Amino acid sequence: MTPLLRRLRQDLFATPADGLVTVLLLALIGAGGFAVLHWALGQAQWAVIRANSTLFAVGRYPLDQQWRLWLLTALLAAATGLSWGMLRSHPRPDRGGSLWPRNDWMAVGMVALLSLALPSLLGLALPLQLRWWAIAALLLLLRWLAGRFGPLLPAPLKRCLPLGLPLLYLLGMVLIGGGLALEPVSPSQWGGLMLTLLESSFAILLCFPLGVLLALGRRSDLPLLRWGSVVYIEFFRGAPLITLLFLGQNMLGFLLPGGVAPERVWRAAWVLTLFAAAYLAEAVRSGLAAVPRGQLEAARSLGLSTPQAFTTVVLPQALRVALPSMVGQFISLLQDTTLLSLIGLMELLGTARTVMANPAFLGRNAEVYFTLAVLFWCCCAALGLGSRALERRLNPSTLA
Amino acid sequence: MARSPSVGPSPAPGLVTPVPWWRHRRVVPWVVQGAVALTVLVVVAFLLGNLIRNLTAAGLLLTWNWLGQPAGFDISETLLPFNAELPYWRGLAAGLVNTLRVVITGLVGSTLVGTLLGMASFSGNALLRGLTRTYVEVVRNIPLLLQLVFWYFVVFLSLPNGTAALQLPGVVLAKSGLYLAGFGDGLHWIGPQLQNGVWQAPLRLSVEFGALLTGLIAYTAAFIAEVVRGGIAAVPKGQWEAASSLGLSWWQTLIKVVLPQALRVIVPGLNTQFISLAKNSSLAVAVGYTDLYSVAETTLNQTGRAVEVVLLLLGTYLALDLFISLLMNGLNRLVQIRER
Repeated sequence: MTPLLRRLRQDLFATPADGLVTVLLLALIGAGGFAVLHWALGQAQWAVIRANSTLFAVGRYPLDQQWRLWLLTALLAAATGLSWGMLRSHPRPDRGGSLWPRNDWMAVGMVALLSLALPSLLGLALPLQLRWWAIAALLLLLRWLAGRFGPLLPAPLKRCLPLGLPLLYLLGMVLIGGGLALEPVSPSQWGGLMLTLLESSFAILLCFPLGVLLALGRRSDLPLLRWGSVVYIEFFRGAPLITLLFLGQNMLGFLLPGGVAPERVWRAAWVLTLFAAAYLAEAVRSGLAAVPRGQLEAARSLGLSTPQAFTTVVLPQALRVALPSMVGQFISLLQDTTLLSLIGLMELLGTARTVMANPAFLGRNAEVYFTLAVLFWCCCAALGLGSRALERRLNPSTLA
Repeated sequence: MARSPSVGPSPAPGLVTPVPWWRHRRVVPWVVQGAVALTVLVVVAFLLGNLIRNLTAAGLLLTWNWLGQPAGFDISETLLPFNAELPYWRGLAAGLVNTLRVVITGLVGSTLVGTLLGMASFSGNALLRGLTRTYVEVVRNIPLLLQLVFWYFVVFLSLPNGTAALQLPGVVLAKSGLYLAGFGDGLHWIGPQLQNGVWQAPLRLSVEFGALLTGLIAYTAAFIAEVVRGGIAAVPKGQWEAASSLGLSWWQTLIKVVLPQALRVIVPGLNTQFISLAKNSSLAVAVGYTDLYSVAETTLNQTGRAVEVVLLLLGTYLALDLFISLLMNGLNRLVQIRER
């Protein structure tokens, strides 16, 4: 018997009972796979996705202003390509100094495949397809340029580059919402994937500092800070998110002076932020608990002030330990944005509801939910993959 | 002792610069806490002041009299009898009982399924291991709300009705609900029967309840499977080897040797999952099951009593969480290994 066959036999047919289980499972997988394929290729009517792809992407964003979103997408692609190339252009001990590791070629393949296949699968008009190709080409071009010529840039310029990312975020807000000589687009017209990403990125960015502060507060020696953080964290962790969103929509108007309460979209974003901060604080707390007390004492005895000791010695180690559970929280935050559809916002699931209420697409639930599930699964799995890659990079044993 | 010149001018011997009072070790904590307390007080006073002013202006100052007024809406599926003439508090109580019903059945179901999945990930069969892994990865990366509406709109609402319904001995699953056999009047065992094209049975569960329960169990079981897997992995490998060298089978080893030791790692993790299941049950509103949140939402829309309704909701869920935590902490004490 060849080793492969022996291995198969050991893994799948070790005992008669095992063999039976294997055969049953194979039959089950075969039947299930056939049923799904038969449905997806034969019975499903994907026209509902093709006809509404713009709606799913950006909601009811005014047609004549959509160039701003295209511009934003191009800028994001450029920033991605640039940071990707710059990251690779630094020689690192954990990577053998290769500018084009194997994973990068796979990522390039994915980008090319997605930009070529998805627009035509969605049946977009040729000009729109061309735009997606151009955006993908821009990304890959900047990846190549930054990887090739990035190291030649003067050092001060290189240090300033990361500052571009927060600026890009603010610029994105302006592009989406208007202002600065751009025609304002009311948040009630935002929707689809754009709103989902906007809400989740906003909450992820803001809950991070808040969560770290709360975690530090919870471990503080000062009773007032400790109890304040405990009450905050337990309150937000004890209530279902939907009741908190409900509170935000119905009670915030009473809690603030008349007319000051923000737009519904922003109310929801703030509630998401405050909610996520409580969970993030617990993740960071577990990281802080993993840093030996001697680290803080050593830093203090070297003459660092308490804030200095925390920011330069304790927190970097704690956050590295807490990274997997923090990304886990970000993933569930991205998933939690679907709850916004229950309070009437037009994020992905809310848009799906309006699409399915359209008489022309009645009963096309399965296709729409399937598409959304694939979309969410890809986003969440990508975040998980990224987190694992970052973990490997930050792992001290590979940095030595 | 040689001084390095970079230290700078040192104070003359015997003349130590006094620490300014605002940097004194006893004072700093009080200053920080005082500042925090002051900020919190100002913010709370600001919010409460606004609340009272706005509520007075709207004529909605905090009262609980409205709880006694007739509700005017109906609840399709209740364990507590309820109709539109009964007061709001009876409606909220019926909603709470519905929540408890789905939470309790969900806890039992997801624990069973999750434990089985967690154990399956240690099976000798590679296919079973891989399938379990795939299930967990698929379920955990798709939002629960999406899964719930999928179960309801795509699976349960496309079930056939009438004679085409799925029939097993004593159980019928149709678009109109899940029908179970039970004791009818006078202790007769009655199975589901088709009368004039409508199924009748001693026990009927609605498809809304069925979809919510299935979705919650399928989702929570994936997380519980991970908790159980972590617990089993924490038991030293030597325990497996020792048990099998004594002649115990895989199943006996798992049940009699490994799981009892894994429980002390599993129970705290289960606590978190149970609480999140209790909170997730509030997504019932998406599939049309009238739980506490759904009744509260209707109540708010009818009475406009935002503050009272939100307080009731938050208080009830907090109490539910605390209750589950208490139970699980008790269980945790039971399963801890008692050493001499």
